[in-house]
Amino acid sequence: MTTKTIRTARKGTTESAWVRYVLIGTALAFMFLFLVLPLAAVFTEALRKGWDAYWEALQEPDAWSAIRLTLLTAAVALPLNLVFGIAAAWCVAKYEFWGKSFLTTLIDLPFSVSPVVAGLIYVLVFGAQGWLGPWLMEYDIKIVFAVPGIILATIFVTVPFIARELIPLMQAQGNEEEQAAIVLGATGWQTFWYVTLPNIKWGLIYGVILCNARAMGEFGAVSVVSGHIRGQTNTMPLHVEVLYNEYQSVAAFAVASLLALLALVTLAIKSVVEWRHEREMKAIAELPPERPTPLAPATAVSA
Amino acid sequence: MSGAIASLPAFGSAEGSRARRSARVLPGFNITLGFTLLYLSLIVLIPLSALVFKTFTLTWPEFWEAVSSPRVMASYRLTFGASLIAALVNVVFGLLVAWVLVRYSFPGKKIVDALVDLPFALPTAVAGISLTALLAGNGWIGQYLEPHGIQLAFNPNGVVIALIFIGLPFVVRTVQPVLEDAEKELEEAATCLGATRWQTFSRVIFPSIAPALLTGFAMAFARGVGEYGSVIFIAGNMPMVSEITPLIIISKLEQYDYAGATAVATVMLVISFMLLLLINGLQTWQRQRSGGGHA
Repeated sequence: MTTKTIRTARKGTTESAWVRYVLIGTALAFMFLFLVLPLAAVFTEALRKGWDAYWEALQEPDAWSAIRLTLLTAAVALPLNLVFGIAAAWCVAKYEFWGKSFLTTLIDLPFSVSPVVAGLIYVLVFGAQGWLGPWLMEYDIKIVFAVPGIILATIFVTVPFIARELIPLMQAQGNEEEQAAIVLGATGWQTFWYVTLPNIKWGLIYGVILCNARAMGEFGAVSVVSGHIRGQTNTMPLHVEVLYNEYQSVAAFAVASLLALLALVTLAIKSVVEWRHEREMKAIAELPPERPTPLAPATAVSA
Repeated sequence: MSGAIASLPAFGSAEGSRARRSARVLPGFNITLGFTLLYLSLIVLIPLSALVFKTFTLTWPEFWEAVSSPRVMASYRLTFGASLIAALVNVVFGLLVAWVLVRYSFPGKKIVDALVDLPFALPTAVAGISLTALLAGNGWIGQYLEPHGIQLAFNPNGVVIALIFIGLPFVVRTVQPVLEDAEKELEEAATCLGATRWQTFSRVIFPSIAPALLTGFAMAFARGVGEYGSVIFIAGNMPMVSEITPLIIISKLEQYDYAGATAVATVMLVISFMLLLLINGLQTWQRQRSGGGHA
């Protein structure tokens, strides 16, 4: 086959070269303006006065306490949402029951609630004028405008992440492997640990890193329930706001650059996970037909 | 309302019959469902119901005054208007980015693909201050625009730009998989029948991705309406001009006007409920469309 025939064969389903270049160029220019430039600006502004000023800004005690609080928040919110995500995905994906679609909508709900509203509802429950306010006051327990409120608001906005990744994955994989394990005498826990978990590990990592990025970066919800007390109830994003409003630009962007690095690491892990998952799916597709892929029966039913 | 949600088909309902048969075999149904419901009740449902109950303690005139004062009305216009414009821009450029990523190959494509998710991963406050730094009068971009009288920061333009940044991945990531699954045979058939490339796109490809595009649009719009962190830095926050509705809630709270904040928040919550139902409906439609295509 000559190159000419290949070219004419492709012509039907692709565009002429200049159309392609214009489209690619426009898309890349848009991405550059809206994504690359803001990212570059964070680091440039942080280093505007050199590395020394940058390090100094990061060594501020208030910056340190903001970093510690952010890590603490993620360390509490993440395991809780991980357990929830696995439990929710197991019951939604493995069983059929009345009200299941309502439950999945409910799991998604925190995604569509404005972060500010998410913060407000905790003020209404735990605040001084809230439902539990008088009772909490009596026992001198502070939840809102203190660390527990920040953690609760963060949990709220990150509830769906892990469940959302796992549900479609576990539904696509079906129940056959777990049933086989149970029939062969495995306990429920062994089945989960040795059969389900290896199958969902990529989806799980994916969900966990996205959940972590949001937990560490949440601003709106946390801003409502935080008392904005420097060094005590400021997470990293809130500390960025305080510094920025005080015209301490270098310090604000220095803390922001840590969060931007977190975002870059998140994207890198996410891409690696996606590529590995794709490779595994390809490997499964190339298996001989005597071991049918888990996806096959599902598509047969829906067709 | 719950009836409307429950009547939507469960996702992956095709597996329903198989899962029902296995319900007896796999252990853990009661404990996982129980834990899921308990967790959702404690974290999501009970706090959200506090908002509804608090709203019902207001009289109707009080509620109406809080949600329809001129300053609040101006904030609705800005929030919904800016979200609409940003979502429309994202439909055009999101489709373009998805198309380029699926159909063409160019150096650095994998990095560009990964970068699309940046707005998901970058904390909104960081996005807010860096967009402001770029577009302010002395910023990288702002310094070239300001002499020409173009101001992109500290006015409604800034709100739109922040919301374009926030909404882009929603459109790209909903359209991309549909484009990947699109059958090239249909395009080849169209070409064989004498269609130009543009006719093939507008009559064959576009109809097949339209539901996904609409879903992406609705998601970007819904996210834009609730967005706070990236917007407040760049908006300038002038009452009646560049003040978004979430900020109204916060400033009412800071003045200890809990009733007013609750009333406006309830309006926002009802709107996000409706958008959620709309998006669910669109996704169901999209699944049916793509399911029909394969059959």
